[in-house]
Amino acid sequence: MLKNLIEKYKDLPDNLVQDIEKIVKEQKLSSEDIKKVFKKVMEEYEVSKIVPGEAIGVVTAESFGEPGTQMILRVFHFAGVAEMSLTLGLSRLIEIFDARKIPSTPKTEVYLKKKFSSDIKTIRKIAAMIKETSLNDVVREFSTNLTLFRVEIILDPVGMRDLNVTKKQVIDSLEREDFNVKETKDFIYVRHNDEDAKFVDLFRLKEKLKKVLIKGVKGITQVLPVKMGGEFIIMCAGSNLKDIAKIEGVDEKRIVTNNLFLIAETFGIEAARNMIIKESLDVIKNEGLNIDIRHIMFLADVMTSGGVIKGITRSGITSEKESVLARACFETPIKHLIKASVTGEVDNLNSVIENILLNQNVPVGTGLPDLVAKMVGEEEARMSKKRKEKKVKKGKKKK
Amino acid sequence: MAEVFINDVFVGHVNNPEKFVSDIRNGRRIGDISLMVNVSYLEELDEIHISADKGRLRRPLIIVTDGIPRLTKEYIDNLIKGEIKWSNLVKDGIVDYLDALEEDDALIALDEEHLTKEHTHMELSPISILGFTTSLIPYSNFGSSSRLIRGSKIQKQSLGLYSTNYFLRMDTDVSILHYPQTPIVRSCMHDIFGLKEHPAGQNVVIAIMSYGGYNMQDAIILNKGSVQRGFARSTYFKPYRNEELRYSGGLVDEICIPDKEVKGYKSEKDYRHLEKDGIIYPGAPVASDDVLIGKTSPPRFLGELEEFSVTASTRRESSTTVDHGTEGVVDMVVLTESDEGNKLVQVRIRDQRIPEIGDKFASRHGQKGVIGMIIPEENIPFTASGIRPDIIFSPHSIPSRMTVSHMLEILAGKVGALAGRTVDGTTFDVEPEIKLREELLNLGFKDDGTETMYSPLTGKMLKARIFIGNMYYLKLKYMVTNKLHARASGRIQLLTRQPIEGRGKGGGLRLGEMEKDCFVAHGASLLLKERFDSDRTIIHICEKCGMLAIHNSLKGKDYCPKCGSNVEVTPIEISYAFKLLLDELKSLCVYPKLVLESKYNISGGVKEEELTESGEVNEEGVSEEEPKEENGDVEAVDVEEISSGDSAGSEENEE
Repeated sequence: MLKNLIEKYKDLPDNLVQDIEKIVKEQKLSSEDIKKVFKKVMEEYEVSKIVPGEAIGVVTAESFGEPGTQMILRVFHFAGVAEMSLTLGLSRLIEIFDARKIPSTPKTEVYLKKKFSSDIKTIRKIAAMIKETSLNDVVREFSTNLTLFRVEIILDPVGMRDLNVTKKQVIDSLEREDFNVKETKDFIYVRHNDEDAKFVDLFRLKEKLKKVLIKGVKGITQVLPVKMGGEFIIMCAGSNLKDIAKIEGVDEKRIVTNNLFLIAETFGIEAARNMIIKESLDVIKNEGLNIDIRHIMFLADVMTSGGVIKGITRSGITSEKESVLARACFETPIKHLIKASVTGEVDNLNSVIENILLNQNVPVGTGLPDLVAKMVGEEEARMSKKRKEKKVKKGKKKK
Repeated sequence: MAEVFINDVFVGHVNNPEKFVSDIRNGRRIGDISLMVNVSYLEELDEIHISADKGRLRRPLIIVTDGIPRLTKEYIDNLIKGEIKWSNLVKDGIVDYLDALEEDDALIALDEEHLTKEHTHMELSPISILGFTTSLIPYSNFGSSSRLIRGSKIQKQSLGLYSTNYFLRMDTDVSILHYPQTPIVRSCMHDIFGLKEHPAGQNVVIAIMSYGGYNMQDAIILNKGSVQRGFARSTYFKPYRNEELRYSGGLVDEICIPDKEVKGYKSEKDYRHLEKDGIIYPGAPVASDDVLIGKTSPPRFLGELEEFSVTASTRRESSTTVDHGTEGVVDMVVLTESDEGNKLVQVRIRDQRIPEIGDKFASRHGQKGVIGMIIPEENIPFTASGIRPDIIFSPHSIPSRMTVSHMLEILAGKVGALAGRTVDGTTFDVEPEIKLREELLNLGFKDDGTETMYSPLTGKMLKARIFIGNMYYLKLKYMVTNKLHARASGRIQLLTRQPIEGRGKGGGLRLGEMEKDCFVAHGASLLLKERFDSDRTIIHICEKCGMLAIHNSLKGKDYCPKCGSNVEVTPIEISYAFKLLLDELKSLCVYPKLVLESKYNISGGVKEEELTESGEVNEEGVSEEEPKEENGDVEAVDVEEISSGDSAGSEENEE
């Protein structure tokens, strides 16, 4: 019975059908009632469908644009946890929709596996492992000894203790990077690999040494264990999914970052699409505004449908418009017109903006359907080659 | 060892800076040192700055010693009696003028209540923390600060008697309020600033109620009886000027009634008010485009026009006319000389402005609104004593804005009007509400200011008691007659053939980018097309080369300047702006080619491949042209073959 109905109403989305199945089983409805339920749901579903010719793009743009004007006044909001700051509000929304490669405040939320997430000490330990420590963080003084032609490094014992770094670790990591390291009782020094090096090169070596990674994950500048929803998570400033996932104790299935491109690269484009929706929804909710999720989903779909994230910019999705005139109407018209004239592009005037430019009917709403008349004696008229005088009237026959 | 600077120039060192500074101050108070000198000791820098230069803002403060202000009761009594003046206070060392730097050194108490031993100065009055216009708002310490800001902005826009010699002045865009009054509820600053001589509003009876919905949002309802009795009537003045200029070559302008031969001659009707000297007479009723000062100028380019014109006169018309949308009566004509010694004529127009729907009014508390309706007096609700309000104000304007001062002014105004006195509404020093209520009760009214009112339409009592009282209302300078604008057709721009911009020139109202989006979002395709129709043109296109062809409507012949007369030429309707774009592309050596196709060619026996592309009004191809070759259309033909079918029934859709 139920199966027949599901087969009959196969146009309904799966999750709707599942919901109906569940409710029907719970309520123990009669077969007659089930039929009624399906009929009613189908009716509602048909009504909720978008009508052909609806200008969904413009409606979406307006749905973002109008609340956006209210957001402008609240651009520089910083929220988040303790010392960490996060870009929110309109500037973050622009960041998402422009598909900037790196967000202005990259952030990663690291969840831990069950057995690691109870003890705060182990959490701190993992956090310290994640945090990027460069040589500069554990050094009291860098000095260039010009007579002996080397860079002398005096380590900072307090810093080393805080960051849980040993002298051996420092030397090992320097050797790993192919530096010519020697150890003395008071300090360590590095010689330039090149015998003929000049003083300038020595100075450059010093600058290079400062950035050498001692331990931790590259790009993570800050870590902060926070309690969130009953368990400890580690909030990280910076984003680096692959290297964090390798650290022991980290639940690699639950790492979240706001770096959309990194997500697309690591988890695929569908994950990136979901992240676009989540991130923009968060911003909008934070501002106390209400934009229907379907607008956001539509935008996310448009941005990711090509397999890579594309921003709503002239280099992003707008560059994929078919029409020369439509592209020229948006930004950098000269560039598009020159390119079109060189390649001899043809504009078929299929979309909205170019028809406005020419003052023709736009193919949305009432402008979408065409009416065609079949004239009496049209064939003869056509044959008689007096086409100019021929009047075409709107008729009954639909195209 | 503090460093001493005089007017920011280093002069020397001082051992005991505190004593040095206080010596200078005492010297100034005694009169040994000029009153204009200010001194300040910057402790953290160990520097003493003595300033006696110009351009410092200074303000007076009462000097305090050991927590006792030097201004004693004796002085105050003498001041009231008129035996001493303000200057005596300054001379006697009772009042100090401090500049910004010395103010940093002082500890200033707001009033006597807050005085301690540490204080060096005291404000003359707490109201001095407010500015000029803000201090004029009565009961302003009961209002919210954002509304006070708005209230003080509004007062600057109110009409009144801005100058007593206004009838001799040629000010632009000014108005004079008829029958201005001083407010019943006023702050002490009102008299100090001399606003008695320059009042800027009128006292009205105001009822806070809704009546017929015409005062929704911020609108107000006006009593027509009050309007007819002269409430908020004003006169609007607008000056015009024209000058007899001299040009090189001994040519001069001439102020006269222009000759009919003059280039750009308007019509006899436009010049009808001019007297023999070419200037209008005072008292002439004028409307838009009437000439006020007739003038002719020599031709712009000498000798250019003489070849073509038969008559000798090549002078052009350069009269001054009344602005678009303005009317009135000529108030004054002034004949004078400009700085260069040229003959200068100035004409001032006067126009009586009776309040009408759309004129802007405001109380002094940032409660502004426009007239939503003027209701005949007999239809205005009345109180038991027969009072009908002049203004009906919406109650919804009060709660969210929290302008308590607005309510208190109505209450205080009612007391003042009934008792025949003014009420002091000076900020921080007002007549308290409780006293006003007591007095109102003694005058025989309900102490909360409400009264029973009766409906004029049924005579029945209104269910709610209405809060009614007197308040000072301002007419603001924004009047609808100066804003009203509509256009059916008119002047267009030469380049784009779109309507020109601006009310003064009778321009169009732009349907902008966002409005366009709104039409698209509603799917109102045909309406959108109609709105953008202002620059539509019909152009004829040669179907062979896709460029402009020539249509001779007299002979009914079409030909293409490039392909000759043996081609198919089709008229199409497009916006002129697009035609302009095509022309600009052509000037850049780009060959924009229009490929036409019928929208309705499905029913005719058309080829299969065309069927798939049908539905377009026309197609447009852009292809590169070789500018060096004469017959550079070879490539274009290629494009044509790609994008268009045969020449079957190309008919342009013209709805």
